[in-house]
Amino acid sequence: MQDISSAIQIIPLDHYIFLCVTLFSIGLLGVLFRRNTIIILMCIELMFNSVNLLVAAFSAYHSDPAGQVFVFFIMIVAAAEVAVGLSILVMMKRNVDSVDINLLNRLKW
Amino acid sequence: MTFLFYLLSAIMIISGLFVVFSKSPINSVLSLIACFIAMAGHYILLNAQFLAVVHLIVYTGAIMVLFLFVIMLLNLNKATIPQKTSVTRIAAVVAGGVFFLVMVAATRHTLEIHPRYAFTSQIGLVSEVGRTLFHEFLLPFEVSSVLFISAMIGAVMFGKKDETHNS
Repeated sequence: MQDISSAIQIIPLDHYIFLCVTLFSIGLLGVLFRRNTIIILMCIELMFNSVNLLVAAFSAYHSDPAGQVFVFFIMIVAAAEVAVGLSILVMMKRNVDSVDINLLNRLKW
Repeated sequence: MTFLFYLLSAIMIISGLFVVFSKSPINSVLSLIACFIAMAGHYILLNAQFLAVVHLIVYTGAIMVLFLFVIMLLNLNKATIPQKTSVTRIAAVVAGGVFFLVMVAATRHTLEIHPRYAFTSQIGLVSEVGRTLFHEFLLPFEVSSVLFISAMIGAVMFGKKDETHNS
């Protein structure tokens, strides 16, 4: 236990920032890169989680438990978002028989 | 300890790239599960035990299984959807890379931390997080149940067959 908590003091906070920026960029790349709606939803989850990890890291480095509660609330919102998003995907599959994001272009200018 | 940090980071980044670039959605989901398990390891390294357990249960246990169920029920595993055009793909890679560069450049010289509280490694324990959650954040906690029930109603509404549309 003592060993684990010493990791906070060994690893600089910059490394967590770099890791989370990299993961967020990968998620953004996936949203722009793919046409499959379910992959896009998963990349959004990846971005959510990179931000979660960064908030948790800042909370641990500042010794402030409010940050960890905030991560918990972000997880709640992400769970609700996934439920609605996947039901939209099921509805899309039923109506147009495809999960191609380019078919949803009615609102495009 | 530093080695463990870099190992977990490498697992997360490689499996994140697999999520984006693998052909079948099942492989993407499995890579994302690997990424999330590595992230739970990161939470344990930060001594955020409550978050590690909640992350494992909620994400790997519930959300990713939901993704797997949807893929298997709708039979989406065939890679029938064509890729974007190569111009769009190159533009996507360039945009992601530029975003990464900008963020790294913006956060390279972060300020020195001046913590408001004395350093303690015990803030991630269940008792500490629970005390904060039920003292300072009791109202948001209760309001989030309203959010959940509205999300549930919305999911049921979307999932229901549209009868007025057909007749």
